[in-house]
Amino acid sequence: MADATYTRPFSERYSHWILLSPALLILFVAAFGPLFIVLIYSFLTAGDYGGVVWSFSTDAWFNVFAERDMFDDTLGFADAHLAIFWRSFRLAAVTTVVALIFGFPTAYFIATRPPKQRNLWMLLIMVPFWTNLLIRTFAIMELIRNEGVVNSLLMAMGVINEPIQMLYTDFAIMIGMLYVYLPLMVLPIYASLERFDFALVEAAYDLYANRLRVLWRVILPVTKPGIIAGSILVMIPALGAYVTPRVLGGGKRMMLGNLIELQFGQGRNWPLGAALAIVLLIIVTASMIYYVRAAGKEGAGHG
Amino acid sequence: MIEIDGVSKVFGSGVQAFTALDNVSVTIRENEFFTLLGPSGCGKTTLLRTIAGFNAPTNGAVRLDGQDLVSLPPYKRPVNTVFQNYALFPHMTVAENIGFGLEMLNRPKAEISSTVDQMLDLVQMTAMAGRRTSEISGGQQQRVALARALAPRPKVLLLDEPLSALDYKLRKGMQVELKRLQNETGITFVFVTHDQEEALSMSDRIAVMNHAQILQVGSPHEIYEHPSERFVAEFIGETNFLIGTVTQADETQGSVALDAGGNIVARLPQGEGGMGQVTVAVRPEQATFCAPDSGEATVSGTVSNVVYLGTDTHFHLTLDDGNPFALRLQNTPDNSVQQKVGDRIGIAIAPGVAQVLKD
Repeated sequence: MADATYTRPFSERYSHWILLSPALLILFVAAFGPLFIVLIYSFLTAGDYGGVVWSFSTDAWFNVFAERDMFDDTLGFADAHLAIFWRSFRLAAVTTVVALIFGFPTAYFIATRPPKQRNLWMLLIMVPFWTNLLIRTFAIMELIRNEGVVNSLLMAMGVINEPIQMLYTDFAIMIGMLYVYLPLMVLPIYASLERFDFALVEAAYDLYANRLRVLWRVILPVTKPGIIAGSILVMIPALGAYVTPRVLGGGKRMMLGNLIELQFGQGRNWPLGAALAIVLLIIVTASMIYYVRAAGKEGAGHG
Repeated sequence: MIEIDGVSKVFGSGVQAFTALDNVSVTIRENEFFTLLGPSGCGKTTLLRTIAGFNAPTNGAVRLDGQDLVSLPPYKRPVNTVFQNYALFPHMTVAENIGFGLEMLNRPKAEISSTVDQMLDLVQMTAMAGRRTSEISGGQQQRVALARALAPRPKVLLLDEPLSALDYKLRKGMQVELKRLQNETGITFVFVTHDQEEALSMSDRIAVMNHAQILQVGSPHEIYEHPSERFVAEFIGETNFLIGTVTQADETQGSVALDAGGNIVARLPQGEGGMGQVTVAVRPEQATFCAPDSGEATVSGTVSNVVYLGTDTHFHLTLDDGNPFALRLQNTPDNSVQQKVGDRIGIAIAPGVAQVLKD
């Protein structure tokens, strides 16, 4: 029972905390710190020219969901905010689903190339990432605007007589986000497909499963962790997207990111902006928890 | 009955072309335990995969009970495979794995669950039905892979070196088990292995393969006692090769004057009772000791090494012409080994035991 009487020296007892402290410090200061400030600001009063006045108020939270009519002072539902919440969620969800539909076959294609070719294909997927986000978004604009490449081509071919309005629609925002976030879907799915044992495909073929059933019953369930990871990586930034809806949505079709920016800028209502930011955080967290639970239910216990 | 008729398989093209099967023909009988035996790269797995449908043959036909298989995709062939590394579905339980084939055949639920129970019982895995495949041992995974392939009651079960990942003891046990399963189910087994001992102990018939071709097909006894070619004799068991000239021959046997001195009466290969210089194969246990240079002795030599191996003793001899010769004697409780290193001894080989090889 030597342990009972032996007291370890101070340095040994606390050394792992001392070694961890830089990382912990950064984590608390950089991650929880700003979040805490945002939370506090959401309960303060808006200053007249931006900023906050240090007096407690729940006005910001009230204004997230309700609004007072400008003329007769009656209380109404903040349906403008709700419309933006709904649009953000819907666009992010559609972007995730479409990214999965395009991303999975892309990842599958790359994972089934000879090993030497795979890195080249992955490089091609990554190259757009090296260009500035704004530039890429303007490039999409150039493609889909009324006088843009797509409309000009279709008109030249005689398919349409007048340009299709694509820019400044939800579709434009979706296409923009899809283009920007697709690599985030491809990467984790590729990682799980690369580890996938293709002998399982042969085994399923051998056991009377046709191609569709092999995909549905074997490949998709086994690579589900990659699909979940990819969906999360696309969904989270899509919910808070700012540049893409600003450029391709033309300022009228706002998403949550733009609404929050508006409160801190022209709106001069920092507490409302802070409250909206927390609402975004809650939407993201809730949808991720729901998604992971729902997706994990079937294949629980592995991955 | 599986007919493999002039099947060739060439991978790649041009300079990189590799012939994995070269005009292979063989017929596998109903309810037979048929083994494809050969070193790695001999084409045995390619032949198996051609029957399963994972490879399309470059030339030739594969028929099952007269029906062409080549035009059918793997999921339409009444043939199931036990894969080398089992390829069990990691996202399913043991029972779900076994039921997968029946489910894909759209069998009713009640039938699936009763067949799965039956299969679990057959491979003694009932207690593990709800486990994930990652939670069971290698030997148990092996049984699940077997049960999964047997559950849809295929006409033919293909086994691709299924025992190679198991340790020696488990492998021995599974050999007995496989043979039992084959007897109980009455399904034709096509078994691929590079392990000659495994092939000899389980098979009804063996096809020995090398360099994309089948060299000899026969019962384990025929393959071992009467190898047709040097490769077969060398690959299965231990063999002494004696060079000589056929001096006299009838339908089945011939007299060979050995270069090492002496005469031997040996079996001639079928169809090719050729004269001239030949190689005679003698198994170490087919020879016995006798007095040197006596009338009994076929050849004579000296003992260069003696190895005691428990059940038998292994002698390494040097013949008078300088070539080595291996001889094995079974030990009995009362005998003790009299021959010592350096002794001059005679080697007697009974007439009609040794085999003349095709050259």
